[in-house]
Amino acid sequence: MVVAEQKPFEEILEMIKAYDRLIVAGCKGCVAVCAAGGEKEVRFLASAIRTARKMEGREVEIKEVTLERQCDPEYVEQLRAFVGEYQAILSIACGVGVQYLAEHYREIPALPGVNTTFVGGAEKQGLWTERCQCCGNCVLHLTGGICPITRCSKSLLNGPCGGSSGGKCEIDPEVPCGWQLIIDRLKELGEFERRYLEILPPKDWSTSRDGGPRKVVREDLMK
Amino acid sequence: MKSSSRLERVLTAGHFAVTSECGPPRGADPEAIRRKGELLRGVVDAVNVTDCQTAVVRMSSLSSCLLLKEMGFEPILQMVTRDRNRIAIQSDILGAAALGINNILCLTGDHQRAGDHPQAKNVFDLDSVQLIAAVKAMRDEGRFLNGEELTVPPKLFIGAAANPFADPFEIRVLRLAKKVAAGADFIQTQCIYNLERFREWMKQVVDMGLHEKVFILAGVTPLKSVGMARYMKNMVPGMDVPDELIARLKGVPKEKQPEEGVKIAIETVQQLKEIEGVSGVHIMAIEWEEKVREIAEGAGLLSRPEV
Repeated sequence: MVVAEQKPFEEILEMIKAYDRLIVAGCKGCVAVCAAGGEKEVRFLASAIRTARKMEGREVEIKEVTLERQCDPEYVEQLRAFVGEYQAILSIACGVGVQYLAEHYREIPALPGVNTTFVGGAEKQGLWTERCQCCGNCVLHLTGGICPITRCSKSLLNGPCGGSSGGKCEIDPEVPCGWQLIIDRLKELGEFERRYLEILPPKDWSTSRDGGPRKVVREDLMK
Repeated sequence: MKSSSRLERVLTAGHFAVTSECGPPRGADPEAIRRKGELLRGVVDAVNVTDCQTAVVRMSSLSSCLLLKEMGFEPILQMVTRDRNRIAIQSDILGAAALGINNILCLTGDHQRAGDHPQAKNVFDLDSVQLIAAVKAMRDEGRFLNGEELTVPPKLFIGAAANPFADPFEIRVLRLAKKVAAGADFIQTQCIYNLERFREWMKQVVDMGLHEKVFILAGVTPLKSVGMARYMKNMVPGMDVPDELIARLKGVPKEKQPEEGVKIAIETVQQLKEIEGVSGVHIMAIEWEEKVREIAEGAGLLSRPEV
């Protein structure tokens, strides 16, 4: 899923200071699962803003809404009926949601209430970690199902570098060395001897963001 | 000969080579490089110039190499893949060769997180193994990474780094094998303090016959103090400083520790000379270049051969 976390509250207050009528828009997709931008977070954030404004002695009117998904035009359209009564939309969906709102509702600004951090998953309650950089050309079959692009701090295809120490990365003793993970896994699979000496050639990054904004076209699904 | 490198000639002639390094200054002063160079005159066969080592901004390796070349040195251009994509890398390789730089050391580079601009965007378009292969293809096949022909090939002697002390230990020689397969002509190792572990690594190198395919220059860095030894042990990932060495430095008064550190370095070089498959030493006296001569002299490595 896309993992996000709420922006510092002070930054949000600064962002919305010009507005007194506001939509706080959540999303029931990824950001709800990672507890950054779902229904509950909409309620908490709206309430925190009201309290802060009360302390400033300034009125604020907030419409709380949580869409099924903010990355889908069909659901984004659901704000149409009342958007005209407000001055701005504070979206706590991922960056996709904020941009979809901005593209759909041209007359008022869409503001980001969260930082979209990465594509990853939950490791345990309250801990999410990154797994995929969306490079657009998956190599997981070559590396024991562990992504060198994401898990190695230098995205090495022929790692590990000389900074791997006790299974940890040179950037931080808390960060596992991605290549140690890959080697351990290749050994588990009995693929180490076969795979490790193979030199992986320079990656074609044109499928990654380096190739410009990307799109997926499925003509079979287009009507 | 694959290149016009003096280092290649020294090694091919069977001499035990001596290289050292110059860290460029954090400023535009050419004298800083010249001063360091002067300390190494007549002491080394070639001198590495680091490329923003530890991800701290310094004068560029290429320009510092040129300053040293003008003084009559044989520079080794260190190049990291952290800061350049394949376009810039290949361009700099052509430029270096055009300026008469004959050696390149292909490195991935330290992550910028511990450097002086942790906010920087990193590149890592290639890794060190791929960089080695790229230089080799440019030199031997006259081709760019995209397969297209280039006009005049860069005749560079290709170096790579090896860290016998990083983890996991069991892949360290295999990783060296990958660098050799990619096209490395010479290897400079991480600083060696744990000779026992280095011997074990070299034995594996020799068992695989890699010492016959690549020249291995063993890295030596003199310790200035017990504080530096502890720092290297605890703070530098992939560095192995045995406790006996720390105890030995601790056993002498503070003002005598630099002298003891140099003595240890000389003994280390003497022992390295005896290890099968070691073709030379790479003496990295970090901001202590004035000691390289003493170490080389003490280990009986002066004078350097004319080749």
